[in-house]
Amino acid sequence: MTLVSAPRPTVLRVDRLGKIFGSQNPAAIEQTGPEVGSEKTPDGSSVVAAWDVSFDVAAGEAFGVIGESGSGKSTVMRAIAGDHSASAGSVRMRRRDGSTSDLLTMTQSERRALRVDELAVVYQDAADGLDLNVTAGGNIADRLTAAGGRHFGQIRERAAELLERTEVPLDRMDDLVRTFSGGMRQRVQLARALANRPPIVLFDEPTTGLDASVAAGVLDLIRSLLEELGIAAVVVSHDFSVIEMLTTRCMVMQHGRVVEQGLTDQLFEDPQAPYTQRLVAAARA
Amino acid sequence: MSATVSETIDWSIPTEGTRLDALVEPAVEAGILDEHAKRELRRAILTAVCVPGYQVPFGSREMPVARGWGSGGLQITLAIVGLDDVVKVIDQGDDEGVNAVNLRRLVTDTTGATETTEVSEATVIQTRHRIPEDALEAHQTLVLQVPVPEPLRGVERNIAELGRMHAEADYSRMWVSLYEDKVRNGVITKSTGYPCLVGGRYVIATTPIPRWDVPRLHRAPFLSLFGAGRERKIYAIPPDTDVEPLTFDDVPFEIEKTPGARCSLCDATEAYLIEIPPSDAAADDGRWICSDTAWCRRRRVEASQS
Repeated sequence: MTLVSAPRPTVLRVDRLGKIFGSQNPAAIEQTGPEVGSEKTPDGSSVVAAWDVSFDVAAGEAFGVIGESGSGKSTVMRAIAGDHSASAGSVRMRRRDGSTSDLLTMTQSERRALRVDELAVVYQDAADGLDLNVTAGGNIADRLTAAGGRHFGQIRERAAELLERTEVPLDRMDDLVRTFSGGMRQRVQLARALANRPPIVLFDEPTTGLDASVAAGVLDLIRSLLEELGIAAVVVSHDFSVIEMLTTRCMVMQHGRVVEQGLTDQLFEDPQAPYTQRLVAAARA
Repeated sequence: MSATVSETIDWSIPTEGTRLDALVEPAVEAGILDEHAKRELRRAILTAVCVPGYQVPFGSREMPVARGWGSGGLQITLAIVGLDDVVKVIDQGDDEGVNAVNLRRLVTDTTGATETTEVSEATVIQTRHRIPEDALEAHQTLVLQVPVPEPLRGVERNIAELGRMHAEADYSRMWVSLYEDKVRNGVITKSTGYPCLVGGRYVIATTPIPRWDVPRLHRAPFLSLFGAGRERKIYAIPPDTDVEPLTFDDVPFEIEKTPGARCSLCDATEAYLIEIPPSDAAADDGRWICSDTAWCRRRRVEASQS
């Protein structure tokens, strides 16, 4: 397992992150993992959803986390996003003011403040990231007013600009998100996430559940936005093509552990770990 | 606003028996609220005054009026009035409304306070829906009967989440509802209970007063106490406190105004007017009158004398 050093300044450093559900017995670590073939201890008292996960993300870089269901990739993302707590490790983030904070020691209210304009999340299910009973423009206005926006005209203007950029027809701006298709909801979610120009965006299975053609369109959009806006991203997906298209570096997770980490194209061309080899073979078949 | 019966309680620590004995109530006092209830209400009121706009929970008592008929305002009034107080009660600006008359009688009969319809004579003014047209002064207290104290109720139902939103001053969803209102209707349509930021910190519902009265709360010289009996909440706007209606920088806050409307009794145009609809569709006897009846009557008397 080789760590490829990031050439640009690191904005996010995840260090030995771990999350154990159930009994917090340290012995659970040795009883689980890829060697054992399970993330659950034999007696069923704990689930080591993620352990010893370390990676860093440079400014403007997209980092991928790939693995099958239950591999712990979403656990890692939720711990970074603050949607649930972690059992061990640290997640250090470079703040706008140049200081560094460990997200895991922050209070819930500090985390919410962070989510306003420094760290955005795009969820698989749009209902997690949007209020479906509010218009597309209103969902963006929520973030803009949270950041202190109090000028109606400017809020409208910025919301229209974002929706245009994420290819949502402007005549749908004042429609409830509930009436939108899956692909369109993801585009609105993207617009909302980008509202306050966050330096880091987390993507949790951003195109899972969409039609192949719609997914391809959303992926294209995400890629061009990441490039254009210089946003650092962590992309979590079980889908090879998503990771391949969006990220330059990635890691492979299985049973709550990292089994391989490296440059995305290298990793997919020449997988070292047996699990990655099986994964790549299955995807290429 | 001295207490009516506190002189009769011996607060000294008894030499014999337990301190608990000291808390045992004196012989039954006349009145609706016992001294314990009054003390609890006063504590809630003091907390509310100390943290302007914060909704203080209190153990709302059963009142001889149904919840939703001013039981919150009534409890506040009963907790603060004394023998030397003069009470005015209005309902929609009207001293003679059935509810207003009954509440005023109830307060004066059970506390020994005297009653009035004149703002200048009153020390405590209990109201539903209006602030009197006459300017109140620093020695006067306005008590409002509040149906729904939670300004965020329309955007969030979960009480724990509401608590968090207030604690963190996270009002973005309130702003979204104003945004959505403006997008859908071209104007912010919220009429009574317009949300206001109090002292730059808490958002309150100015229920049940109309927009007309909202600017009159800003840096007002008098104390306003809001009581919601059914919801068991008390909140306050102390004198000289900033009360800013939530509105966008480029969407000015506007009060109700009907061009050409004029009180058919006293000719007033610069007052909150209510419409008396025509008696039937064909008739042309629809008209406007002042909502504040005492103010309107005095204007007519003054006009006839001059």
